[in-house]
Amino acid sequence: MIMDFEPGAELPDLKVTPDRYLTVRYAGASGDFNPIHIDEDFAKQVGLPGRILHGLWTMAQVARAHTEVAGGPHALKRLSVGFRGMGVLEEEVVVSAKVSTVDEDGTVHVDSAALQSGNAIVRRGDADLRP
Amino acid sequence: MAPVGKSYPPVLYAVGREKIKEYARAVGETDPRHLDHEAARAAGYADVVAPPMFAVVYCSQAIGQAYFDPELEIDFARLVHGGQEFKWGPLVVAGDEITTVVSVKAIEHRAGNGFFTFESVATNQDGHTVSVGTWTNIVRGA
Repeated sequence: MIMDFEPGAELPDLKVTPDRYLTVRYAGASGDFNPIHIDEDFAKQVGLPGRILHGLWTMAQVARAHTEVAGGPHALKRLSVGFRGMGVLEEEVVVSAKVSTVDEDGTVHVDSAALQSGNAIVRRGDADLRP
Repeated sequence: MAPVGKSYPPVLYAVGREKIKEYARAVGETDPRHLDHEAARAAGYADVVAPPMFAVVYCSQAIGQAYFDPELEIDFARLVHGGQEFKWGPLVVAGDEITTVVSVKAIEHRAGNGFFTFESVATNQDGHTVSVGTWTNIVRGA
């Protein structure tokens, strides 16, 4: 692992600003073409402020905040999140994560959240990292 | 009676190199193991490695069977993705063939809202479980 994981240690924040066309690329990459993510008029018709981020894209940012400091994709053993509110385009997403406990076998438990303008769009992030 | 325990037919997904790269770029991965098959091979993998959350791609068609099951009567206009969990096993690499089985784990109605929980179990061509997903959805009351 790249960093020392001690209880209370904060992982480096992951910061990413989804550009105007991110949801179009993610729709193509993931296969989720729900129009609330790619069609501004449709999104407004159903009462949203505009196109919103895919929750699973935001969860992928949370995953990345872990794998980038834990040495790679193999380190992520489990990740659980709750989705809250909605993420918007062209506004920075900040993933914050903090080690809660470390098991005797070296498994590291990490709590996390993803915020936009201070609002948690992913909360109750809870991950296990392989030793 | 709600069909808790119901499972849907297995769906086979063949993992492509360019699909992994496309997904990895869309989520901003910078690790060359996801983006460059030569780098992945140099690191000891057979081909490019799928990021963990690529699970949503190979599960997509399998989980769709549950969302679109007429027996569940999910009102999409009121559907919210409430939560998601994945547990991961061995890494998925390009060339793998992943079989995913989705089942209905729980259906509850509380305070006028419906809670639908689905489980996906994805297995590779060697019989190893590569991911188990728990998909929690809320259908908000009228």
